Amino acid sequence: MSTPRSLLDKIWDQHVVCAPDGEQPLIYIDLHLVHEVTSPQAFEGLRLAGRKVRRPERTFATPDHNVPTTDRRLPIADPISRQQIDTLRNNCREFGVRLFDLDDADQGIVHVIGPEMGLTQPGMTIVCGDSHTATHGALGALAFGIGTSEVEHVLATQTLRQSKPKSLELRVDGELAPGITAKDLVLYLIGKISTEGGTGSVIEYTGPVIRRLSMEQRMTVCNMSIEAGARAGMIAPDATTFDYLRGRDFAPKDFDAAVARWKQLASDPGCHYDRVEIFNGGDVVPQVTWGTNPAQVVGVDTTVPDPASLETAADRDSATRALDYMGLAAGTKIVDIPLDRVFIGSCTNSRIEDLREAARVVRGHRVSSNVNAMVVPGSGRVKRQAEAEGLDRIFVEAGFEWREAGCSMCLGMNPDTLSVGERCASTSNRNFEGRQGKGGRTHLVSPSMAAAAAITGHFTDIRGWNYQD
Amino acid sequence: MEPFTIHTGVVAALDRANVDTDQIIPKQFLKRIERTGFGEFLFFDWRFLPDGSPDPAFELNAPELAGASILLARRNFGCGSSREHAPWALGDYGFRVVIAPTFADIFYSNCFQNGILPIRLDEADVDELFRRSQAGPYRLTVDLTTQTIRDDAGFSRPFEIDAFRRRSLLEGLDAIGLTLQHEAAIDEWERSHGVAQA
Ligand code: SF4
Repeated sequence: MSTPRSLLDKIWDQHVVCAPDGEQPLIYIDLHLVHEVTSPQAFEGLRLAGRKVRRPERTFATPDHNVPTTDRRLPIADPISRQQIDTLRNNCREFGVRLFDLDDADQGIVHVIGPEMGLTQPGMTIVCGDSHTATHGALGALAFGIGTSEVEHVLATQTLRQSKPKSLELRVDGELAPGITAKDLVLYLIGKISTEGGTGSVIEYTGPVIRRLSMEQRMTVCNMSIEAGARAGMIAPDATTFDYLRGRDFAPKDFDAAVARWKQLASDPGCHYDRVEIFNGGDVVPQVTWGTNPAQVVGVDTTVPDPASLETAADRDSATRALDYMGLAAGTKIVDIPLDRVFIGSCTNSRIEDLREAARVVRGHRVSSNVNAMVVPGSGRVKRQAEAEGLDRIFVEAGFEWREAGCSMCLGMNPDTLSVGERCASTSNRNFEGRQGKGGRTHLVSPSMAAAAAITGHFTDIRGWNYQD
Repeated sequence: MEPFTIHTGVVAALDRANVDTDQIIPKQFLKRIERTGFGEFLFFDWRFLPDGSPDPAFELNAPELAGASILLARRNFGCGSSREHAPWALGDYGFRVVIAPTFADIFYSNCFQNGILPIRLDEADVDELFRRSQAGPYRLTVDLTTQTIRDDAGFSRPFEIDAFRRRSLLEGLDAIGLTLQHEAAIDEWERSHGVAQA
């Protein structure tokens, strides 16, 4: 019998083009996703060197980071944002790359539209000039973020230089308690293994809790692999994956044959991982970050930690700095922290299930008069689906703003930003200083926790929520 | 790419862990479509006060560090986004070397694409360098040919680096040009995996 191999091993072996002596191996890239912020210099490089895009039919682009989420018929107010989006449009035209432009019904956050159109498929290698490319690993692909020079390299050669990453299995046994979401799970895991726990590795999430997650919940988990320092996160494809993909625009024509192939990808029993960590789903409570990195996270039912209680000098120093930036005192109950803003969106939590989850909390309630709350769907499709289900009316009647698709206040490159000192409950993935606007204070939470906070004006344990349905 | 062989320069010590790319180059400066001109925005939100003047409390603003070219930092440097604007800004500002106990993966590999050498050293050695750099302008020599780092007061350590990356930096190799030497292998991979030939 041949040696048991992991999902990562199988995808890796299949994609090594060559491994010349003294060089890093070249691996083939099946799908290359492109957005406006990290690609202009790459296309410019091609142009200067007189090179073409090797596989334009495997390259797809959309503007998402910079785009306005208000009326799209108006010209983009910021001339530099406009220039970046125009540049993407011109580059796609010149190099023959398919673009889902601002006025396209399928435009959206690149990591939301890839899976929803069926571009993302099990067993693929996928790259994008964006660290949250890890999201696509939820479908059993090896997907990771690259820099702009590598974007140019992939455009020109459809390959990438890569040393094989280490493998890290994160197994989650048991069951999640009612009300606990994929977001709580991944924040919990990051809190446990730290923001650099996954450095140099690809995480494979396994175990009964992961198997029971829906496809969209799996995307939420894989999305934040980078916040644990990992190159990528992945989940072996199974019936959930195949059911999700069936009938999507770019799904293989001979779907059953594809499924038969994809079934071979799951890690073999007894395969080797460089490291294994085991957790229990039952230990996870609703999570809220209190600091300025995603591992600075606690349960909603506790208090802001005292830096003095932390183990290492570096952790104490980071925590002290973070509390100062966040304007929080050690010992404050999490549920006593008041909010100014609520943001439901981003490639972590802007898909239809996220919006359904938030709408269920919001239904029959009103947004606190102290809070300004917004919902930004991840894509044009998500937006239309939500509107068909009447979710937009639930949000708007409660006092939320309902926006057009894009990255929006996840990073505030467009006009959606926090002001100095504003405190936000956000369903995004990064709480770095200034991430949502200079001086802004971000707390990462799940969609239902964000929705509840919008209603009450402070963090609220979703497990005791008064649902009106 | 500018080759990297031996570099001697002044060390700027940034005593913080988990320095993320949002701090290295904040998002409002990612809208440019060029690779150059990012140096003036490096660490922008830390470097400048709201009125636009340099914040005297920020480490890099110390007058004696004006020409620093070696950045010393703590764990997990460069975590966060894949933005290559981070090494572009560091390079444009004048940094050729970054020393830290650990780096985030994408940032680490982006450095090599831009002639910047990221060096991982043991935490204890990094502590020692922080101590030595406290006394005023402190100079280090980084020698990629021998893979060593040293000062003129007895500190000398070897460092590890992937052999291919080392060669790429030493020779200032054009990564795409090198890959295209394997074009036949790429064609062959595509043929055997049913990728439609153009
Ligand atoms: S939503 Fe946020 S994290 Fe996701 S791709 Fe956009 S900016 Fe990046």
